[in-house]
Amino acid sequence: MPTRPLSPHLFIYRFGYTMTLSILHRLTGVALSAGFLMLAWWLMALAWGEPAYRPLTTGIGAILLRVVLALWLVAFIFHLANGVRHLFWDAGWGLEKAQARRSARIVIVVVAIAAFTLVYLFFLRGAK
Amino acid sequence: MKGASRHWVIQRLTAIALIPLTIWFLVSLFLLPGMDFVTVRGWVAEPLNAFFLGLMIVILCWHSLLGVQVVIEDYVHHRGANATSLLMSTFLHILAGAAALLSVLKIATGAF
Repeated sequence: MPTRPLSPHLFIYRFGYTMTLSILHRLTGVALSAGFLMLAWWLMALAWGEPAYRPLTTGIGAILLRVVLALWLVAFIFHLANGVRHLFWDAGWGLEKAQARRSARIVIVVVAIAAFTLVYLFFLRGAK
Repeated sequence: MKGASRHWVIQRLTAIALIPLTIWFLVSLFLLPGMDFVTVRGWVAEPLNAFFLGLMIVILCWHSLLGVQVVIEDYVHHRGANATSLLMSTFLHILAGAAALLSVLKIATGAF
């Protein structure tokens, strides 16, 4: 067991959206870690040569990859925005309850707009 | 500085470094004319791109490893399962990080 205080049990809290954001930060983090494995696979295919890379750009593989990439894009935007919020906290800013709620709302709005725009652009770009 | 506080600081430092690196990576890919083999490989082969991509891989790998470690420590309470998950995570991160790095090196140098 680590020498630091552990995260408390989830179910003793009343459900609130600042808490939802905290859980989502971990969930998106773990999802993005899986994305890191995917990134390694993609680069390996790229280094291996055309035949290894082709399944990622054609047919069902390309469609699946685009859907997964779009989901990862949303997860990334959230993890980035909420991560910046965490960094501000670590610097000692915005820790008051009202401030934390306000920054949570900002993160939700920013992520919603950015995710919508980027995913739209991503699919608009087409399978080039 | 040691143990948990060292872990805490590195998690934040890698987070800060990843902000410009990941945005640069995604914007660059987005601006490419296509995602076909020749275009993407050509982009990775550019020395500056390869350098920053390599840097991103190392820092991303480290940040991801630390993050997953915290999640495992918090939620996997059974001693054996905890140790096994941590070992698996470390193994996968090193494997993926090394594979990604070697791939970029191969593309950028045209070696092996």
